[in-house]
Amino acid sequence: MAKLSYESKYRVRGGTLIGGDIFDFWVGPFYVGFFGVTSLIFSVLGTALIVYGAAIGPTWALFRISIDPPPISYGLGLAPLKDGGIWQIVTVCALGAFVSWALRQVEICRKLGMGLHVPFGFSAAIFAYFSLVVIRPVLMGAWGYGFPYGIMSHLDWVSNVGYQYLHFHYNPAHMLAVTFFFTTTFALGLHGGEILAAANPGKGEPVKYGEHESVYFRDTIAYSIGELGIHRLGYFLALNAGIWSAICMIISGPFWTRGWPYWWSWYLNIPVWSHL
Amino acid sequence: MAQFHTLYNAVIVRGPDEPGIELPPGDFGRVGTPIQAKLLGLIGELQVLPTYLGATGIASLICGFIAFEIIGLNMWASEDWNVLRFIKMLPFLSLEPPPAKYGLDIFPPLQEGGWWLMAGFFLTVSLILWCVRMYRRAKAIGMGTHIAWCFASAIWLYLVLGFIRPLLMGCWCEAVPFGVISHLNWTATFSVRYGNLFYDPFHMLSIVFLYGSTMLFCMHAGTILAVARFGGERETHEIVDRGTATERGALFWRWTMGFNATFESIHRWIFWFATLTTLCGGIGILLSGTVVDNWYLWGVKHGIAPEYPQVHQIPAGPPPQVLRDMRRKGPLLAPIPEVPATLTPNAPAPGPAMSGINQ
Repeated sequence: MAKLSYESKYRVRGGTLIGGDIFDFWVGPFYVGFFGVTSLIFSVLGTALIVYGAAIGPTWALFRISIDPPPISYGLGLAPLKDGGIWQIVTVCALGAFVSWALRQVEICRKLGMGLHVPFGFSAAIFAYFSLVVIRPVLMGAWGYGFPYGIMSHLDWVSNVGYQYLHFHYNPAHMLAVTFFFTTTFALGLHGGEILAAANPGKGEPVKYGEHESVYFRDTIAYSIGELGIHRLGYFLALNAGIWSAICMIISGPFWTRGWPYWWSWYLNIPVWSHL
Repeated sequence: MAQFHTLYNAVIVRGPDEPGIELPPGDFGRVGTPIQAKLLGLIGELQVLPTYLGATGIASLICGFIAFEIIGLNMWASEDWNVLRFIKMLPFLSLEPPPAKYGLDIFPPLQEGGWWLMAGFFLTVSLILWCVRMYRRAKAIGMGTHIAWCFASAIWLYLVLGFIRPLLMGCWCEAVPFGVISHLNWTATFSVRYGNLFYDPFHMLSIVFLYGSTMLFCMHAGTILAVARFGGERETHEIVDRGTATERGALFWRWTMGFNATFESIHRWIFWFATLTTLCGGIGILLSGTVVDNWYLWGVKHGIAPEYPQVHQIPAGPPPQVLRDMRRKGPLLAPIPEVPATLTPNAPAPGPAMSGINQ
């Protein structure tokens, strides 16, 4: 059923950012709200345009469908629908839907008396997307620098843009982003494993709590960050993964045009050892 | 009114040190005097130490130290023991696996990969012992052994890269070098050699789980921080005795996306996302070169990769005979096939603009 046993007492009025009571209701398990409506409109329109783009495109093979941005020659202007215009509208719809979704989360947080950590974290992901399809193309002077919307085509785009800078692993911000991705996943494995290990200690063992969790990590790695601390750490790591991903793309092109390996020449030329 | 807080401890509470719960008879006992570190107290617990060393811990640390020393001293030696040059070049220095001509020889000359084999051996032993330690420490205090299994998944990826795949390919030279930039170079070269790893379905899955892990940690940590005012961070308590923190956290996601995990099941989600990242990654690497030689062509064959027109007359790779010779003999015996002088035969001749630049 749509409602959990304890749900009724939490379904209170208010907390909306806009629209007052008009959209303050639920459909099944979903909260609607003003931003639920805008999110729905943007996502339906965007999805319909992608399907339309696929229909006038060369293939229905799911992995090969691609909605491409306009050619570079259109610069920052509007392109005809069939020549990248679909991509432009889809981008607007995607951003509209993402921002609506985040604001809807804010409204739900307010209803439940929660902090705004989830929508704030989500906005880091939106920022990463925004930087790829708006900030970088604007700085580069053409929408054509955005990435195409397609399962394989966006991978090809990542490959191609990477090799345009010869070797993207040398991009220092990319290094940080990858490190944060790996570290987040590492910490996540530790945290998930830890809680499961405490709640599922095996036959005949009582369930364990915070004290045991802390002792486990002190015993193995000399320090336990604690129940609240691990979530602060994880939140910090995950957000940084998204933020540095965005930065590593924004600087590639607008602020550094050569191969990334060349960037490191400053390091080799530090006066202390440049003569070596 | 919701507020954005709980990012650090505004008030640091100092209590008595925790010695840790009793260990089963026969265990070594803990070492170290507890330290209360205020800086750590800002985000997490104050107390550092005591810790447990034990047999596997000490053995693992020794093996790890040996591997670290072998790698470091080799790097230092490669800069003629010049300290400043060693520090300068540290990011670029590398301890390389044996060259192709030694195949799977386990005693190649020390200077030609012998040190690499030794470092790899000790690092592997160190990691496996540490995994055993994670398992035994959990058992010692009566907890589940989930973390050790998750760690084993990471070791699987490490073993595929440095041991299992080289074994199947018949050459240690296929393994990853030890070095900061050199392992990045290896990764990029590997991807190009096998026709772009982005077309490798297990690489795709691995990336999905890696990004998914980051997304899930943001969702989960964000939820817990947001309900911390209701005591939500005491997760195992909330698992066995649901409080308002669980209810709000669950309803937040239910109202947002129509579905919610529980305080226990979210940890199953994140455990498996983290574990599958390296599990799938290992499979993806293992299949490259052993089963599939070119992931792009594989993708074309199976209808997922777009077919691009071939504009370059560049050979797809060295002919098989040349590759075999390279493996067997080291230096090339067969002549390198000639690359046509014009890489793009259909390209238009240089126009006036280009000749203008030349002048």
